[in-house]
Amino acid sequence: MQKVQNNKAWWLVLPVFLLVAFSALIPLMTVVNYSVQDIFGPGQAFYVGTEWFKEVLSNERLQDSLIRQFIFSGAVLLIQIPLGIGVALMMPKSGIKGSLCLILLAIPLLIPWNVVGTIWQIFARGDIGLFGWGINQLGIDYNYTGDTLDAWLTVLLMDVWHWTPLVALLCYSGLRAIPEAFYQAAEIDRASKWAVFRYIQLPRLKSVLIIAVLLRFMDSFMIYIEPFVLTGGGPGSSTTFLSQTLTTMAIGQFDLGRAAAFSLIYFLIVLLISWLFFTAITHADKEK
Amino acid sequence: MRQTRSKNVGITLFILLLLTPIYWLLNMSFKTNQEILGGLTLWPQNFTLDNYAVIFTDPSWYNGYINSMIYVSINVTITLLVALPAAYAFSRYKFLGDKHLFFWLLSNRMAPPAVFLLPFFQLYSSIGLFDTHIAVALAHCLFNVPLAVWILEGFMSGVPREYDEMAYIDGYSFPKFFVKVFLPMIRSGIGVTAFFAFMFSWVELLLARTLTSVDAQPIGAIMTRTIGASGIDWGVLAAAGSLTIIPGLLVIWFVRNHVAKGFALGRV
Repeated sequence: MQKVQNNKAWWLVLPVFLLVAFSALIPLMTVVNYSVQDIFGPGQAFYVGTEWFKEVLSNERLQDSLIRQFIFSGAVLLIQIPLGIGVALMMPKSGIKGSLCLILLAIPLLIPWNVVGTIWQIFARGDIGLFGWGINQLGIDYNYTGDTLDAWLTVLLMDVWHWTPLVALLCYSGLRAIPEAFYQAAEIDRASKWAVFRYIQLPRLKSVLIIAVLLRFMDSFMIYIEPFVLTGGGPGSSTTFLSQTLTTMAIGQFDLGRAAAFSLIYFLIVLLISWLFFTAITHADKEK
Repeated sequence: MRQTRSKNVGITLFILLLLTPIYWLLNMSFKTNQEILGGLTLWPQNFTLDNYAVIFTDPSWYNGYINSMIYVSINVTITLLVALPAAYAFSRYKFLGDKHLFFWLLSNRMAPPAVFLLPFFQLYSSIGLFDTHIAVALAHCLFNVPLAVWILEGFMSGVPREYDEMAYIDGYSFPKFFVKVFLPMIRSGIGVTAFFAFMFSWVELLLARTLTSVDAQPIGAIMTRTIGASGIDWGVLAAAGSLTIIPGLLVIWFVRNHVAKGFALGRV
């Protein structure tokens, strides 16, 4: 759409700007302020410059949880995006069955995150949970509170359960926006199922998929409540992701300077990856 | 035809798997604690509503649901009110710094809540909003407003400019045009946006828990009470969890047609 240059449009954006600035800029400035000081108590703070940043970057515990975080987010995207597209393709196109699928699919999304953790905490237990009990009955030794790999897979499975529906819903909406004429044309051309998917459905899904990938990346990178409730970060620190490390540091140990420096680095990583993804897509779009 | 059948089987299977953990939660919420810990039963042997009775008779329990509903409603209202004009501006006009502003807005959706935990606590305490519904609603705007602007902008870009111009020729003022002509055209968009705003505010707990203590405490925070000296009260925990699903079900029921109608959003 051809847009008109008009700086008065700022008036329409102003409420959003003020609101978000209030809840984003002031806290962000506070974090920046903490990150360059060593704080012992009220009125006892010393300027330490980039000291915390250097220390945080070389801190092994943080590096470990950063690596865990990347592996987790990568696994989440690799599983959920294809699975979500698949589910969306299988859903009935319209009618009461379509609506029913939609509602049932959306249920996991609308459960508070700590309840999601609780559900899986119960569901995966070997003694009172159907899932854990079932796996054990199959003769596989499974215990998510004791075994590192089991804990990891349980957290991943929980996230797939929780968030694949979001990808599916977005893709489903995207698919519904494709005009029927496209399919009719494909039928006349005797296009194969795969060709229809590859050249009609997938390109049309691009914009919703961008949203899905960005949302899933950002949210999986910030995951906190669910694994905290499910495994408490253990066994050991095998399922301790970035947010939990950070929260322990800031609230638990009240290590404000270090936590603030860590926050900023954390924020910058998410920002950088999302920005790279965003510009890569926009550029690919322009070249066409 | 065979294709449709295998599709139906596939989707049914997926939904069944999706619902199993929820079935287990519901199943458990109707059992007594003895039965839960006594052994695995696929159906409540001694069907009981005691767990729900605990929640519905104790104000400190059911107030949690009311608190959550209040701040979610406030949040959805604020989000829509500020995001609608902003999305219109982004979809119709070029203005100084529009691209940067848009990315800056989105960048707030990317900020991990854990980063803002402490500053938020201090900010809202210092202006006397700590432990109020409005504090949580405002804090949730941080991630909901950017998303709402993003989604709405996609819908609005789908409405041709000619409508705007026609309305001006017909003598509509801007506010009248916006409310009477434009908003009804993007009804689905508003429905979808409200759904997402509701969803992300309803499920968030980290900020909600940090910014409240008693008067505005969300249900999620109250649920931790079931862990007492004598161990976890599984039955009540399951009942409380089951009840948190209901508001979400109502919302998705209202917006199902808007989502099903399809939207190809995004400004990329």
